[in-house]
Amino acid sequence: MATVVKQKSDVVLDYLRPGKKFPSVWCPGCGNGTVMSAIIRAVDKLGYSKDEVVMVSGIGCSSRMPIYLDFSALHTTHGRALAFATGVKFAQPHMKVIVVTGDGDALAIGGNHFIHACRRNIDITAVLINNNIYGMTGGQGSPTTPDAAFSTTTPYGNAEKHFDVCDLAKAAGATYVGRSTVYHAPQLEKQIATALEHRGFALVEAIANCHTYFGRLNRQGDAVAMLNMFKERSVTTAKAKEMTEEELKDKWVIGTLYESTEKSEFCEEYQKLVDRVAKGGR
Amino acid sequence: MAERERKLLQGNQACVVGAIYAGMRFYAGYPITPSTEVAEGCSRELPRIGGRFIQMEDEIGSIAAIIGASVSGKKAMTATSGPGYSLMVENIGYAYMTETPVVIVNVQRGGPSTGLPTKVSQSDTMQARWGTHGDYNAIAVAPSTVADTVVETIRAFNLAERFRTPVTILLDEVIAHSRSMVEIPQEGDFPIVDRIKPTKPAGRDFMPFEVTENFVSPMASYGDGYRFIVTGLTHDQHGFTTNRADETVVKLEKLRNKITRYEEEIYKQEARWTDDADIILVAYGSAARASLQAAQIAREAGVKVGVIQLYTIWPFPEKPLLDLCAKTKKVIVAELNMGQLVHEVRRVLPGDIDVHSVLRYDGEILTPLQVLEKVDEVM
Amino acid sequence: MGALLDKIAVPQDRFEIRLSGSGGQGMILGAVILSEAIGGDGTKNVSQTQSYGPEARGGASKSDVVVSPNQIFYPKAMKLDLLLAMTQESLDSYYKDLKDGGTLIIDNVLVTDIPTDNYYGLPFTRLAREEAGHVMVANVIALGAIAALTGVVDKETLINAVLARAPRGTEEKNRKAVEIGFREAEKLKK
Repeated sequence: MATVVKQKSDVVLDYLRPGKKFPSVWCPGCGNGTVMSAIIRAVDKLGYSKDEVVMVSGIGCSSRMPIYLDFSALHTTHGRALAFATGVKFAQPHMKVIVVTGDGDALAIGGNHFIHACRRNIDITAVLINNNIYGMTGGQGSPTTPDAAFSTTTPYGNAEKHFDVCDLAKAAGATYVGRSTVYHAPQLEKQIATALEHRGFALVEAIANCHTYFGRLNRQGDAVAMLNMFKERSVTTAKAKEMTEEELKDKWVIGTLYESTEKSEFCEEYQKLVDRVAKGGR
Repeated sequence: MAERERKLLQGNQACVVGAIYAGMRFYAGYPITPSTEVAEGCSRELPRIGGRFIQMEDEIGSIAAIIGASVSGKKAMTATSGPGYSLMVENIGYAYMTETPVVIVNVQRGGPSTGLPTKVSQSDTMQARWGTHGDYNAIAVAPSTVADTVVETIRAFNLAERFRTPVTILLDEVIAHSRSMVEIPQEGDFPIVDRIKPTKPAGRDFMPFEVTENFVSPMASYGDGYRFIVTGLTHDQHGFTTNRADETVVKLEKLRNKITRYEEEIYKQEARWTDDADIILVAYGSAARASLQAAQIAREAGVKVGVIQLYTIWPFPEKPLLDLCAKTKKVIVAELNMGQLVHEVRRVLPGDIDVHSVLRYDGEILTPLQVLEKVDEVM
Repeated sequence: MGALLDKIAVPQDRFEIRLSGSGGQGMILGAVILSEAIGGDGTKNVSQTQSYGPEARGGASKSDVVVSPNQIFYPKAMKLDLLLAMTQESLDSYYKDLKDGGTLIIDNVLVTDIPTDNYYGLPFTRLAREEAGHVMVANVIALGAIAALTGVVDKETLINAVLARAPRGTEEKNRKAVEIGFREAEKLKK
């Protein structure tokens, strides 16, 4: 008797939104698809029901993801996903709220909401897909575009400095901070799962390829070439400890960068306040 | 029925009383004069009844959070003033497009820009109608007394839920900060409207943006099992984004028709002494208070002045105004700006009615004397 | 032109009160308490307003209470029936708003330049410091005087309204303040 082996991709198909007409807006080979699969597999492994997941996003390529997935979807305005998500989570704290955002969405127009979501330590998992560029509008520079890199608005090289997403999140008060790349898909999936189970604000930075714009303008090649670059230029946290600052230049340190359970989660803290006030306390 | 509790309240506090009565259980806001007492009141009262209060990082975040709460099933509100409302308008447009019921209180102060933070104004009248980009039909209500503020806040929530749309409450600094004795309403005093929940089971038959007979779609909440899409992109009745011309037209006409076909339900105005009036004053908010006082004084002096006080500003009450002004030849619009409402009145009334304006825009409330001087001038 | 303006008058059913002084003298709180005392039983409507802004931290401060058995259309004062002036600056600013024959009450230690002989003067601030035990209750003493001189509210109702707002532990001081104001004003009655 033949055994039917379920293909890995089947799980992904189970979570695509019924009735959605594909293809997606993403270019062939785009890193967003890899991140989407990682999120699906993490949710599936954790055994969450589709009904308890709300996926919130803003504007940009990555922000189209909630429309493709069979979760409750809140596709909002540019930069504001975390503020909308704060409303969803605070209104229904039992829901699992995932924000999918990009470097422009979260750090430029949405920078204020980003640091304050971190500060509140509200139990939201933010997956920030960092491709160092604005893809949707055609390749403009973003707050993570590296020094001297080219984009359609930095035609002579970027004169600005860029954010380190993870440093920013940690400094602002996030209690889980991790980084991975779309080359390291299994690790990315594990990190997202850890982030989802973490009680508090969790940030996963997923380094991703926009070969269409960033790769082309910066001569980094096609999707495969960029994935190879992610492989070669990534170092684990353990290895990074033994490296000098000079050696770490142009490298991505991947893995769990910060994790803490000391700080209380916002919705839980507010519930305590409600319970206290209900008893007539102050 | 038991005697109602009476309390000396500011307009801003009355707004909180009305909102909680209407079922508001989620407030997000950012401090701004002269609206801040609304936030303070909500921060105090909501935890006592299991509600949620959050002070967001800015007004953009505030409106975003209440939309998120509303799609999660809560009746939600924010309060601000002109500069904050200006920051909110993009997401107010999102609420129009996604047909999300929320209530936004704008305690008007002098503008433009930072303007006069502690002074009264009605210069956001047009902003409440046209604030965000694109085509849409706005609802805005306007109380003129502290006691009215309870009633109009309840009405704002009812309209928001009935029509699945954002509703603006146009308050102003004078009403917001003045105090009067207010009867605290008891259960049953006012009807409460809740959004209609879907009866169809989840699946392909359920369309979150279905064009129903009255154009309003039943609204599920996140967590109810429907897993629907909410997007600010133009979408079809399933919520899927679309670029198609035919589906775009269906969506935009749905947004329009659900309001324009039912305007009679939304209009609210009060006419006093208009039956035999030679001159009719049209006003809302604190300008209506000055107008009523002026009309009363004029009547005592033997001059027949009437007042139409508007409680619904948007949609503009065209038909009621036409009917109420049918027998008069002179109308004066009183407002605390450089002339906004008067354009609507001129648009609506036939050409043989003279429409005059009495305006004040120095940060103070119109006085009855100023209105009377205008009456004297045009009579 | 002018045919109407010659004939108009502020409606007789309104009683308009202004409490004025400097920021920190409790004029707004005084007006709030007075409003609660007058409007508490539901037989009269009240509308209380104030000037906001830097006044709250020094400088001239005023708060109005309009009282009427009927609906109050205009929320602010038009022509004052009663002006309380706790400082010279406030009297200078608001005396013009007092109607002919209106009641003027001043702190006669702090206000010395008075444009009329028809007024009631009491040393509210000194009474607060020396008799009531705290300068902060000068406003409450003034409320007691207003009750005695105008009858807009009776003493017991006023005391109840004051106590409802008094911070815990200051009840006696506040009750005494009303009594002092009422007593001293009774002495001035002609």
